Amino acid sequence: MLTVTLYIGFAAVIAAMAMNLYRLLAGPTAEDRVLALDTLYINAIALILLVSIQFADRIYFEAALLIAMMGFVGTIALAKYLGRGALMD
Amino acid sequence: MSEAITAVFILIGAFFVLVGSLGLLRFPDFFTRLHGPTKATTLGLASLLAAFVAYAAGTESGVTVREFLITFFLFITAPVSAFMLGRSALRRRVDSVAPRPAAIDDDEAEDDPA
Repeated sequence: MLTVTLYIGFAAVIAAMAMNLYRLLAGPTAEDRVLALDTLYINAIALILLVSIQFADRIYFEAALLIAMMGFVGTIALAKYLGRGALMD
Repeated sequence: MSEAITAVFILIGAFFVLVGSLGLLRFPDFFTRLHGPTKATTLGLASLLAAFVAYAAGTESGVTVREFLITFFLFITAPVSAFMLGRSALRRRVDSVAPRPAAIDDDEAEDDPA
């Protein structure tokens, strides 16, 4: 049962990432692209969690934790750059 | 038992992650697009993390605090990044389906004298 639901989960997350990729490439505004990147890293965390369950290996979970912390910093930096035209005031 | 709970949470999480990205794809302007990822995707990832916790409870090593760290961190950071992006879009006068609120311009004049 878990195998089938894992495959459904993989399919859903990969489809979601494809949608984010379309928004990342199509824009139309720079904010849309940053938001798409933000969603893309959150979906990458979801994918890594599913992989962690699939392979029964906790190392993958550590990678998800790292992405969660680094992705936020990247989004904030980009949003601040867009809003002010400079990283630091 | 642990496997059944994991399966249910994976299905819920997969649904919400998909809906969040569908919102990002289909909504008409940036400010409505901001809703999909910041609400649905965060909830979906929380569900997937609950699935991971249920799965970890069934293994030998058991549940530790670290499993909850991602959920905790994401629930703090997702609203902050959404706020920063929304404010930047307002400042840059990104196209919107709603009229621009008048109070914003007063606030901006106060904020940026130049």
